[in-house]
Amino acid sequence: MPPARWYVFHGIGGRVIKRLLAGVAAAGVLGGLGFLYYAWYPPIAPIERPNPASFSAEQIERGRIVAAEGYCAECHTRTDNGGGPELAGDYKMDTPFGAIYSSNITPDVEMGIGAWSEEAFRRAMHLGVSRKGAHLIPAFPYDHFTKMTDQDISDLYAYIMTRPAVHMSRRPNELPFPLSLRILQAGWKLLYLRPGVYKPDPRHDALWNRGAYLAEGNAHCGACHTPRDLMGAEKKGSAYEGAVVDNWIAPALNEHNPTPTTWTEDELYQYLRFGVAPLHGPAGGPMSPVPHRFLSTVPEEDVHAIAHYFADVDHAAEREKNDKAALARAMEESKTDLIGPNVDPDAKLYQGACAACHYNAAPTPVLGRPDLALNNALWLDEPTNLYQVMLRGLTAEEGQSGVAMPSFYNALSDKDMARIAAYLRRTRTTLPPWTNLEKKAAEVRKTVQPVPVNSSH
Amino acid sequence: MIKFKLNGRDVSVDVPEDTPLLWALRDDLDQTGTKFGCGVGQCGACTVLVGGRATRSCITPISSIEGADVTTIEGLHPEGKHPVQEAWKDIQVPQCGYCQSGQIMQAVSLLKDYPDPTDEQIDGVMGGSLCRCMTYVRIRKAIKKAAAAMQKEEASHG
Repeated sequence: MPPARWYVFHGIGGRVIKRLLAGVAAAGVLGGLGFLYYAWYPPIAPIERPNPASFSAEQIERGRIVAAEGYCAECHTRTDNGGGPELAGDYKMDTPFGAIYSSNITPDVEMGIGAWSEEAFRRAMHLGVSRKGAHLIPAFPYDHFTKMTDQDISDLYAYIMTRPAVHMSRRPNELPFPLSLRILQAGWKLLYLRPGVYKPDPRHDALWNRGAYLAEGNAHCGACHTPRDLMGAEKKGSAYEGAVVDNWIAPALNEHNPTPTTWTEDELYQYLRFGVAPLHGPAGGPMSPVPHRFLSTVPEEDVHAIAHYFADVDHAAEREKNDKAALARAMEESKTDLIGPNVDPDAKLYQGACAACHYNAAPTPVLGRPDLALNNALWLDEPTNLYQVMLRGLTAEEGQSGVAMPSFYNALSDKDMARIAAYLRRTRTTLPPWTNLEKKAAEVRKTVQPVPVNSSH
Repeated sequence: MIKFKLNGRDVSVDVPEDTPLLWALRDDLDQTGTKFGCGVGQCGACTVLVGGRATRSCITPISSIEGADVTTIEGLHPEGKHPVQEAWKDIQVPQCGYCQSGQIMQAVSLLKDYPDPTDEQIDGVMGGSLCRCMTYVRIRKAIKKAAAAMQKEEASHG
């Protein structure tokens, strides 16, 4: 008697099932071949490093702007181990899948991309494929760069190829098998990558489309501000809903952003250009370099365009009618417990540590006195960003230029931080209390390395 | 080597990056007018100006003020005649004096933000600067006197 599993294939029914199975198998083989065809890219022949003199000064300058608007140097320059040369890679990114280290993109022929033709460079930007044909890990946000025009990529190529070549290798990635198999990245692309240059939306004007082109493409805002799924891809239905990045919360950029006053075009512009928005406060953490290192160095029209676009994404026009009342309420709350006798021990802690710099009087906050009643950090679902700033402070380079916030790392215990966080949430917002505050303070403290300041006592 | 501007001149100090600004000021740059109080940013005695804004120097790492403009009590006025210092002398605010350079630096920064401060505004900003001799009443008086003098000066220059 044949094995039982064949037995059921006898008779007419069996023949149908066999055919079906054969069909499935054939489809599987074809699909596999199709996938291989999809996944396979030929190597592009290496070239001699292009002569820097072959690019015009104008093109290099345009490329500098493209590089600044894409923050290339941010993720392609090592920051740990004492830092590294600009664009020489080895920047450590902690991902849920393991640590990965960025590539050297200086024009060094061996370690960098000096042997890459413009065609190879464009293929990497648009399709996430290396010169040799290997799939690139989507930590390199080619799902955004695919929207960039050939002209921008050509200018960027000119800029990159005229930088100093740095002969430096990077540490190997720590992705576990099988994620380390580059072929699997092709599967990711099949699911998530929609290649194609940005197409202007005819319903909107040129400024909006310029902003959308930059934000969705080169500036890759969604890479941090859109939550990712289990495969590490940006969730399509949740654009700009906010996400956790590098132990900070990248707040929502859409209408769900919780700050009491709206991110209007002007607030967004001030923030993106100068690193501080009068009614929202300074840019801290991983956001700080975006204005200070990059967007302060590009044509201001481009920053206006990005601000214009996000003021539409967050529906500022419909929401800003409430700003006047929200500002008045915040100014009233700003002085809570600071005037007259103060008997609440939590309020006293706040008064001693924070209020001298954060108190504001009506009608509007003083620039340089970030009002906590208006600040994102108090209105997010978790106290993460509040704790990060308390522990690290802000350097003169970060946030508002030239001024600094101290580091309370040694000054406040986890319990003190929890008390201040609970107190501020209770007295300066209309939201429900945060939970497990002390534990969360300890967790955020662990991420602050090295300790910013030596103990003074 | 950390470089910054101290009282209008370029200085550099060779200290570890996590050194509190206060230590660098007192031990390396000989500016001892700024005092060590609580060491945890809770009393205001160590207040200096960074970029014109009152900053607790005991918990501010030196690395974070790289390139910034720092003013201490020594740099407010070449002869110690800043209107706030004048008012302090006229009213004889200090008793033991230990907290007073911090009080004065905080008051200078207050008057930048609120040139004609109300009692509420004085309480809001000065509430983090403690004085164990309880000179608070005279501090308030001196701030108002300095505000009036500065506004008069402003008007005559206007």
